Amino acid sequence: MEITLGLTDYLILGAVLFCLSVAGIIINRKNVIVLLMCIELMLLAVNTNFIAFSYFLNDLSGQIFVFFILTVAAAEAAIGLAILVVLFRNHRSIDVQDLDLLKG
Amino acid sequence: MMNELQVITPEMTLAGLGCLVLLVDVFKREESNLTFWTASLSLVVVCLLVVVWRPDQPVYVFGSTFKLDQVSSLLKIFILITGLGAFFYANYYFEKFNLKQSEFYSLAIFSILGMLVLASAHSLLTVYLGLELLSLSLYAMVAMDRDSKFAAEAAMKYFVLGALASGILLYGISMLYGAAGTLDLIELKTQGMAKDSDLLLVFGLVFVLVGIGFKLGVVPFHMWIPDVYEGSRTPVTLFLSSAPKIAAYAMALRVLGEGLVGLSAEWSQMLTFMAVLSMGVGNIAAIAQSNFKRMLAYSTIAHMGFLLLGFIATSPGGYAASMFYVVVYSIMGMGAFAALLLVVSPNNSDEKITRFKGLSLTNPAASLMFLILMLSLAGIPPFAGFWAKWFVLKELVASGMLWLAVIAVIFSLIGAYYYLRIIKYMYFDSDDGANSSICWSRSVGTVFTVNAVAILFLGFFPGILMSECLKAVLSSIV
Repeated sequence: MEITLGLTDYLILGAVLFCLSVAGIIINRKNVIVLLMCIELMLLAVNTNFIAFSYFLNDLSGQIFVFFILTVAAAEAAIGLAILVVLFRNHRSIDVQDLDLLKG
Repeated sequence: MMNELQVITPEMTLAGLGCLVLLVDVFKREESNLTFWTASLSLVVVCLLVVVWRPDQPVYVFGSTFKLDQVSSLLKIFILITGLGAFFYANYYFEKFNLKQSEFYSLAIFSILGMLVLASAHSLLTVYLGLELLSLSLYAMVAMDRDSKFAAEAAMKYFVLGALASGILLYGISMLYGAAGTLDLIELKTQGMAKDSDLLLVFGLVFVLVGIGFKLGVVPFHMWIPDVYEGSRTPVTLFLSSAPKIAAYAMALRVLGEGLVGLSAEWSQMLTFMAVLSMGVGNIAAIAQSNFKRMLAYSTIAHMGFLLLGFIATSPGGYAASMFYVVVYSIMGMGAFAALLLVVSPNNSDEKITRFKGLSLTNPAASLMFLILMLSLAGIPPFAGFWAKWFVLKELVASGMLWLAVIAVIFSLIGAYYYLRIIKYMYFDSDDGANSSICWSRSVGTVFTVNAVAILFLGFFPGILMSECLKAVLSSIV
């Protein structure tokens, strides 16, 4: 038996990944690195969407967009990790709960 | 006709000059101020290029991903001018505190490059790329104060929330792409007009609105603003509150006013909700703040809510009124942060609002300029801030949203309190000795004066800028 995957299946996959990453950012109270991982996951969910649409619409611009997202994601990860290093040097901890100096 | 490369010459020049600034910073002598001058000169050169090549008709280049029209030219000019002002203030601050932070200039130049791209964006791809170039540079600028716990925390919060907003925006863009089959804003517009009740399109619109709301900093996506404004160094806060606001307006205009105008019934409802909440939360929370930067952060939230009212009118006049508002706001906001930058010193870097007590006795000229800026922020005639509010309200009433205009006026009245409180501190309270040692250099004094006089000038002749805005919108947004 042959199973063919349709557009809906890919969109559901994208939506599940997206929800997982948003939930990860909101629920996670422990580690900042997990936040960075969730952000990457979110971009991958979007990439899945773009590629699925691009394939089923027979339009290349979606796939071009994916290349740009991948490039920007790399730059974003670099800046995020750099900020993380600065944060660790100053706070001696990367717990999300310790980020409570600014309130008012 | 212009060829393709000529159209993006200002952007290419700025990219090249940004690299030059980086090089100059490496090879200059330690004590010289060359980085600042190179960076400022770059902005002036690019601004002249933009002025020289102002088109009458919209020009589309690079497979119509990039559009040069009067709106983009006008916005670019003001982005560059406010950027230049921010450089002068930053230079003064770094000299006063004896800081060697010349990377500020190169980061700011790349961030401004992102804003210019965003102002000319004519495809969802260009919108995304411009936005990311702008935001990534800003994250790094906030984190620049690397030995401060506050700055590190602010940068992390800004980065995580900013990346989350970009992700949500991208998810929305992917939905719009799936529904319309195109990334081009004009094609998106025709598609949106044809099937305005398409569920996928509306679904995408909601996510895109979250992204725009975050970048503008309106409630309920405002959580980052107070923390980031308080945590970063004052020149960085000053920069954050001026030019990026114009870019965020450009993004909202391009995506909502051009691409998704067929769905205006849907988005104007959601914007109404965001605008009312922003004006309410911003103005009321600002009253409770004791830190000046935090107070101005909430005031920004309120002002951005007011700006959205122009979009809700969904008419060319409304977009033009919002454009006037954002330009005037970025000049006023810059001046307000500059006032803090003038009074803090290495001996006393206290940023409380009570810091301005008795300023009029020790420094009457600066307090007079600051008075103009505060009255303008509060929206009191005849200053420019009043006209900005007036034009928006006029369009709102003309489109039959009288109740919304009444709410906006009530919240503005509440908001006037905390601006007038600063004036009271300056003029009617006695100095407790904190401000006796203020000295400001002639150059920054001139910039601050020009800043305040610009507000005064726009207050007396609002028609000059407003007719330019209206002409630009009418010729560009069809």
